[in-house]
Amino acid sequence: MKLTVTCTVNGREVRADCEPRRTLADFLRHDLGLTGVHVGCEQGACGSCTVLLDGATARSCCLLAVQVDGATVTTVEGLADNGVLGPLQEAFRSHHALQCGFCTPGMLATATELLRDNPRPTEAQIRTALSGHLCRCTGYQHIVDAVKAAADPGEPEAGEEQHRS
Amino acid sequence: MKAAPFAYVRAAGVGEAVAALSEGALVLAGGQSLVPLLNMRLVRPHTVMDVNRLDLAHLHRSGADLVLGALTRHRQVETSPLVRRDVPLLAAAMSHVGYVAVRNRGTTGGSIAHADPAAELPAVCVALDASFTVQGARGRREIPAGEFFLGPHRTALAADELLVETRVPVPPVGSGHGVAELSRRANDLAVVAVVACVAVSEGTVTYARIAVAGAAPTPIRATVAESVLLGRTPSADVIASAADAVADATDPSDDLRAPAAYRREMAVVLTRRALRQAVTS
Ligand SMILES: Cc1cc2nc3c(=O)[nH]c(=O)nc-3n(C[C@H](O)[C@H](O)[C@H](O)COP(=O)(O)OP(=O)(O)OC[C@H]3O[C@@H](n4cnc5c(N)ncnc54)[C@H](O)[C@@H]3O)c2cc1C
Ligand code: FES
Ligand code: FES
Repeated sequence: MKLTVTCTVNGREVRADCEPRRTLADFLRHDLGLTGVHVGCEQGACGSCTVLLDGATARSCCLLAVQVDGATVTTVEGLADNGVLGPLQEAFRSHHALQCGFCTPGMLATATELLRDNPRPTEAQIRTALSGHLCRCTGYQHIVDAVKAAADPGEPEAGEEQHRS
Repeated sequence: MKAAPFAYVRAAGVGEAVAALSEGALVLAGGQSLVPLLNMRLVRPHTVMDVNRLDLAHLHRSGADLVLGALTRHRQVETSPLVRRDVPLLAAAMSHVGYVAVRNRGTTGGSIAHADPAAELPAVCVALDASFTVQGARGRREIPAGEFFLGPHRTALAADELLVETRVPVPPVGSGHGVAELSRRANDLAVVAVVACVAVSEGTVTYARIAVAGAAPTPIRATVAESVLLGRTPSADVIASAADAVADATDPSDDLRAPAAYRREMAVVLTRRALRQAVTS
């Protein structure tokens, strides 16, 4: 039995039929062709399938596509503005924060949320935020550097300890 | 892997949800435990019932209790000014649950019903004597946290009952709290975790709550350790003897994450750390 899902993906309203067992990750990749959504573990652990759902990060492998009916989804394809990289993506490029690129879409989603909620994170906060993402290539240091470079310049605010150290 | 086929229903009300449960549907809340299990075909329900549109995301104070609807998200609880003020232990413990992306979706009801022996929230509920309101076809009942967790992923919740809300008694004003855990990867599910809440008045301990996760088939309350603290000055020696008393309360088993002896030893070490945080916070 297929169900119809209507949602807004990267600013565009889409409608597609899918089985209830279809995860959001597979829906985005196979039904909508958004192959920037990467699938590693299908159990929430690796972070590569992370997207923004109504503005908040979510593992798209741990959601059913039928659950997002009426919601707004942003994938890595929606982060660039008409093909122009955003500041975070530009920082990833200039800091060599990717090699194979498998982890990058998920890293970008999480870093986007982090910098929106906490524009001046400490390095410890950046590392905690990224701890839910596995990267098999970079050794992480360049990714941390890129997020730092994309953050608001200035001293991190000591106040809000958003992520535990 | 991909999930086996199932039918999907979206519950519009608690009554409707309970009726679907009687017919064998499985509840889908945040999906952070259930969808991986579906993907790996470790569960194969004929029907999945999505409860996300039920009106159960309430979070408020009612008399001496903090009330959490079953659909409050971990992130909502972690960042709520009310929770941070009234039950800061709960907010602190939630910050250890997975990653922000997991906490954005995962629900308190789901974490409690899932009853992972190493999960933080069930341990906090046991420590603070929380109670759960559940609704079945025959009506509502309250289950104290101490009687709810029966074993790994086993609870007193009947298959046709929905967890509706959690009531957490607010600890005394001015009490301190501590959360100490051992995990393989920052924010991953703990191997062992200890949560503690302590109130000190005129130099002596007047309230002490300690619970350990990951060192027995269910979260356990360390009552003997609590009684070691009560009425005493929380010096390093007193904290150390309270922590030592935790070992006997544990009932760990060997598994691929850690041998039993290591879990028992870590329960003691982490209790010491959690108590130190609690008396200095
Ligand atoms: C990468 C990762 C890391 C994690 N790390 C941690 C961690 O460190 N600590 C931790 O505690 N948890 C951790 N979790 C699990 C997470 O906390 C889940 O959110 C939680 O266990 C389940 O909540 P849920 O709302 O997602 O429930 P679901 O996955 O939707 O459901 C879980 C189970 O509970 C049942 N259920 C759900 N709601 C109800 C209800 N209202 N009434 C009756 N039954 C119900 C479901 O039928 C199912 O059997 C992690 C998960 C992931 C993917
Ligand atoms: S594929 Fe979703 S977290 Fe790994
Ligand atoms: S760049 Fe290859 S996995 Fe991160």
